[in-house]
Amino acid sequence: MFPTTDHGSLHSVPHLSRTNHVKPCIKASSAKQGVTKTMHIFALLLLCSHVAAFAQGVAIDTTLVALAPPSSLMVTDHVYDNAERLDLVWVPSIDDKLIANKLIEYRVYRVTDSGSAERISVLPAGSNSYSDESVESGHLYSYYVSSVGSGGEFQSIPSAPIEPQREWLNFHLISLLAICVIIGGSIVFFIETARRGKKLFIRRIAGLEAVDDAVGRATEMGRPILFIPGIQDMDDVGTVAGITILGRVSRVVADFDTKITVPTSRSLVMTAARETIKTAYQTAGRPDKYNDDMSYYITDEQFGYVAAVNGIMVREKPATCFYMGTFYAESLLLAETGNSVGAIQIAGTSNPMQIPFFVVACDFTLIGEELFAASAYLSGEPKQLGSLKGQDVGKGIALAAITIGVITVSGTTVWQIEWMRPIVDILETIFLTR
Amino acid sequence: MSTEFGVWIAALMTLGLFSFLYKDNPLYKVCEAIFIGTSAGYYAVTYFFDNLHKKLWEGIFPPDGAVGDAWLWGGAILGVLMLCRLSRKIGWIARWPLSFIVGATAGLYMINYFVSSAMIQVASTMQSLVVTDAGGIAWQATIGSVVVAVAVVSGLIYFFFSKEHTGAFGGVAKVGIWFLMITFGASFGYTVMSRMSLLIGRMDYLFGDWLGLIR
Repeated sequence: MFPTTDHGSLHSVPHLSRTNHVKPCIKASSAKQGVTKTMHIFALLLLCSHVAAFAQGVAIDTTLVALAPPSSLMVTDHVYDNAERLDLVWVPSIDDKLIANKLIEYRVYRVTDSGSAERISVLPAGSNSYSDESVESGHLYSYYVSSVGSGGEFQSIPSAPIEPQREWLNFHLISLLAICVIIGGSIVFFIETARRGKKLFIRRIAGLEAVDDAVGRATEMGRPILFIPGIQDMDDVGTVAGITILGRVSRVVADFDTKITVPTSRSLVMTAARETIKTAYQTAGRPDKYNDDMSYYITDEQFGYVAAVNGIMVREKPATCFYMGTFYAESLLLAETGNSVGAIQIAGTSNPMQIPFFVVACDFTLIGEELFAASAYLSGEPKQLGSLKGQDVGKGIALAAITIGVITVSGTTVWQIEWMRPIVDILETIFLTR
Repeated sequence: MSTEFGVWIAALMTLGLFSFLYKDNPLYKVCEAIFIGTSAGYYAVTYFFDNLHKKLWEGIFPPDGAVGDAWLWGGAILGVLMLCRLSRKIGWIARWPLSFIVGATAGLYMINYFVSSAMIQVASTMQSLVVTDAGGIAWQATIGSVVVAVAVVSGLIYFFFSKEHTGAFGGVAKVGIWFLMITFGASFGYTVMSRMSLLIGRMDYLFGDWLGLIR
């Protein structure tokens, strides 16, 4: 497509005729009016030559063509962030897309408060914005953007220096706060209810009812209990849940005076496990029976840990194996070996990819959130029961939102029921957090 | 057959670990001990140089003479407190850094988990049950939408702990566990296939790189 002749005449017309220029005949004249008239004729002829060139489809040589730089560059601090982002907006060069391939790209430069400039991004033609997400609080940043073509690079006027600001509150997440307050309030309410002595109902979880039986079996057989708290560190919520269950299992172990072995693949988990078992033994009134060797570190290497635990299983032949925590590829290797030595196995993990392996190789499996509900179920403590009941309130909110959402979205998109549209908008505002 | 020492070691170690498939034996025990010992040593050295030296020491005392990050002193102090475990008298202090790690982790991850595992999931499920295209109802997409909605609702009901799974509620929960099991079955098959590819990789190493029987 050819551009119209008035486009970009200020910048591009004088340069377009390198290969197709026409030499106008200019007569020398001393009269100013005559010169002006001659210039008009010259310009007209030049313009006509370009029009003719375009009309005939003659290729325009765009090499060594000057470009207009981007203009009106504005840099603003990104709102509701941790001083980690500045947003740039500019008006693209007027030569952008005027002639195909004339403007190749935009280059974004950042000037730090030390005065050094660095190119931070290259953007395709047509771009008019960029977000710099590599800035830090306490520094001033200035930017300029250049348009780049075959004729070179042409810079915009640099922006004024700006410092990224940190906001304490992210009001984009206000709906999230509201839901958290509702769920948190429910948890506090149920904890207080339980403390006042009201019995809170928690449905039966089959896998957990087997815990006492499994520990009893190990006691009768005179064989140890093996507890594997996953292969992740203490910053993993599944590991924390596993260690919490270990507390309850250890308590039963202490009551029955059975042996428990907790090999770990992380040193911090070993420390946490030791503390947990020690507390359980103290609570059971048997601190003298506790020793630090009940939990020990093996290695951080995933399959090195598996090799060691498999060796422990075939040599010590535990009567019961617990797998509670976060597991990956080692899940079936462990559970299958435990199965081969005839142990009762109870597993629980929140990793959906590994649950199938535990389901096929273990006697009982806690699926997903059952792992997190387990400690409350086992302990019966008001705090944990209240927490579990509060989470059920959260699930109730999710169920209601999904049901209403599905009905209203179906109503508005399929049957065009307009009164449902505000409901869809409200749900989107609440749940589509940015 | 390979003449490289490293290839031989790796091949013999592989065979030693495979021997566990028959039963526990001395060769497996040797391989197990080497594996555990080298990996534990490797991680000890890695943690020392990557964390203690590079992040902590050079963070507090930058080699270029710049001002160190004062926040790292907090981590250093917590790390030292962990060592209190070595003393019976003040061993209880080691619980402080542990409590800090667990509490800080819970606080840091709470919002991310809540947004990714709850809010976005709920928003993604709010889709029209009936999907239409230019030719009318797109039956395949419609069935997919209905299955997603029913599976999510029934799955959520299964994980509802405040009510016994009886009556209609129990029936819906049973539908939920069926959906879960079907999903687990599909996941099981997928993962078994990926494990087979790992086995093939090992066989390829033994018969190709080591014995040279396959090219």
